Amino acid sequence: MKGIINSLWLIPALPLLAAGIIALMKRPQRKPAAALAIGSMALAFLVSCVAFVATLQPEAGKGAVQLTHNFAWFDLGGSALRLGWLLDPLTAGMLVMVTFVGSLIFIFSVGYMDHDENLTRFFGFLALFAAAMLGLLIANNLLFLFMCWELVGVASYLLIGFWFHKPSAAAAAKKAFITTRIGDLGFFLGIVWLYHETGTLLFYDNGAGCLEQGALTKLVTQTTVGGMAVSTAISLLLFCGAVGKSGQLPLHVWLPDAMEGPTPVSALIHAATMVAAGVFLVARVFPLMGAATADLGLEGHSPHTTALTVVTWVGACTAVFAALIAVAQNDIKRILAFSTVSQLGYMMLGLGVGGPAVGMFHLLTHAFFKALLFLGAGSVIHGSHHEQDIRRMGGLRKLMPITFAAYAVGMMALAGFPLVFSGFWSKDEVLHAAMIWSPSKLPFLLGLFGAVLTAFYMTRQMWFVFFAPRAESASSPGRAAHSASHHEPQGASSSPHESPRVMTLPLVILAVATVLLSLFATPVWPWFHAYLGGQLDHLQVGWSADSAAGLTMLLSVLAVALGVSASWRLYSRGKAGTDAVERLFPRLFRALQGRLYVDEFYAATVFRLNAAVAVLSDWADRFVWSSVVELAAWLAKGLAWLSRTLDESGINSGFDAGCVETRGAGGFASRLQNGQTQRYLRILGAGVVVLVVAIVWMGNN
Amino acid sequence: MTPLAAYLLVSALLFAIGFAGALTRRNSILVLVGVELMLNAANLNFLAFWRYGPNPEALTGVMFVLFAIAVAAAEAAVGLALIIAIYRHYCSSNVEDVATMKG
Repeated sequence: MKGIINSLWLIPALPLLAAGIIALMKRPQRKPAAALAIGSMALAFLVSCVAFVATLQPEAGKGAVQLTHNFAWFDLGGSALRLGWLLDPLTAGMLVMVTFVGSLIFIFSVGYMDHDENLTRFFGFLALFAAAMLGLLIANNLLFLFMCWELVGVASYLLIGFWFHKPSAAAAAKKAFITTRIGDLGFFLGIVWLYHETGTLLFYDNGAGCLEQGALTKLVTQTTVGGMAVSTAISLLLFCGAVGKSGQLPLHVWLPDAMEGPTPVSALIHAATMVAAGVFLVARVFPLMGAATADLGLEGHSPHTTALTVVTWVGACTAVFAALIAVAQNDIKRILAFSTVSQLGYMMLGLGVGGPAVGMFHLLTHAFFKALLFLGAGSVIHGSHHEQDIRRMGGLRKLMPITFAAYAVGMMALAGFPLVFSGFWSKDEVLHAAMIWSPSKLPFLLGLFGAVLTAFYMTRQMWFVFFAPRAESASSPGRAAHSASHHEPQGASSSPHESPRVMTLPLVILAVATVLLSLFATPVWPWFHAYLGGQLDHLQVGWSADSAAGLTMLLSVLAVALGVSASWRLYSRGKAGTDAVERLFPRLFRALQGRLYVDEFYAATVFRLNAAVAVLSDWADRFVWSSVVELAAWLAKGLAWLSRTLDESGINSGFDAGCVETRGAGGFASRLQNGQTQRYLRILGAGVVVLVVAIVWMGNN
Repeated sequence: MTPLAAYLLVSALLFAIGFAGALTRRNSILVLVGVELMLNAANLNFLAFWRYGPNPEALTGVMFVLFAIAVAAAEAAVGLALIIAIYRHYCSSNVEDVATMKG
């Protein structure tokens, strides 16, 4: 089983190969392309399962399974740049999740993208996206991780802008790419600094890696500006990358706009690949983030380092901030997008207060139910002819029963319904860890408030989409134009319909997985904790929770109940076509609907600054640099004139003189050549005579 | 005077006569005759040096001269053919008239 590490590269290589082959296919080869992508993903899933099984048996007393396979990539002078694969519970869990959810999303795409003429290209991009994410997961080298990280960015750019003929999609793709790039700048600086300090970018290398004891001790003892430990500074820089990729507070703006992509892409971005990468990165470099002088080496105990405190606060603020905005959105996918931002905040909060197990478990459960929700939303959108405004839906409960059931499971998991939904347990763990976090109770309160809001906006969405009285479809003039832009066949029946089986089957599987996953992290049997911590052999079945856990659970149940009931009461009694919250708090609602004007704020500050700099550069370019260039041009012209003069007067006349001489010589030679053979003979005779005389004379001497 | 010197003297005289003829005659046939005389002077030299050389029994000189005579015959035929061709073209056998190759 341990040999799997040597073939771990297969997991990203399979989808990558599929992407490469699909890139060479022609557009009409839709079925082979889809089959190839899905098949490669399914194979990758099988290999991932093997890898997962390999991590299930930790060696006694050695903690979690941790297999590495390092090799030299190329030599730089005396030192070799080494890459490697890493297999530990964190990687294995993520691999299984990404390949499983990814396969289902791929299958769903077959139905959803059925009408799109560029299906082949779509699957090529999807496979590339998955390959990049899988490469990121198995990387044992920060540089390799960064390369895959950027590949994820590129693939997301291609997919968000898949319908690039829509200006908004093209703009959203650009926005996603550039916004994440801002975070990546910090990430890259962090990598460079880390390499400078430790001389290696391998995570684990038999004690010589940058996340192992030796390097960490060195990093925490050194200080940089402001008395900050180098480890803290590097952690914060790396966290910048995670903030960009995972849509945390200052850089979250790209994530809702990424909804312009096809819905399966949204599902992939929000569940399995893109945003998970940031959380995964924090979990991966957690030893560095949590490194503090006193607490080094205490496994499972997260010291309150500066880096983790920052992670906690960013996460908590994001969780509430995005949840607030989600309350006032009307686009079905946008609500889910903000809920993703909010849940990512929870994951960061979990990582900050409770360590990798807490954050990662929420990441895994969230991946399942968010994929479920997005695919459900995709099914709804597909079924109602690319209508995305929840106020124009309604009554879909009877028309799309399977989608409704699956969506309800996802919604309840997200809202945190007690006991049988995985979302409840993972969120509860986050809240529990936040509650016992000693520096401050505020993150816990923020989290709790976020939980209320989550329940509130998800209930609102459910009500509008599935329960509300059905709005008249004729009263939506925007729809015809909307569906035309998607090349939707016109004249299709106006009433929504259930989606084909290729789309509902993934929904059902995901719904089942969402429920089943809740078995793994209850306080009764905290399997996932033990798995990540490498303590599976100490795992005991039984109520291991303390009183704080019970209290947290009670509070979170109360929060969910409050959110759901408030929302249900407000909306079910409201008049059709209007929003109850909007009537109660019109100004607040409008502010939230405008996403608290963060985009406008950026437009007013960053963009304006950027524009000012651009104007300045333009001015400098026109007047400063261009005059320098003109000067250079004049100089060159002067030189050219000088050279021409020299050429004409000096070189040419010399050459002419040479020519005259040559002509004269030619004339003389031609006079000799008068055609009289006897003259030639005479000269020949004279020559012979001269020769004979010369020989005789020289012989005599 | 040794016999060799006498032969060489005769040969030189013959060459001089041939050379003078080739230089002074205007008729191209007579120029050719001069050339033939010079050729035979050279042949005479060959024979003389062979006959009075270190090993006269090897017949090398005779071989040379026989070849030279054969080649001279062929050359004379070519030369005469050229002269006839030139005569047909220019209607003259005077070498001074044939000067189109002048520079």
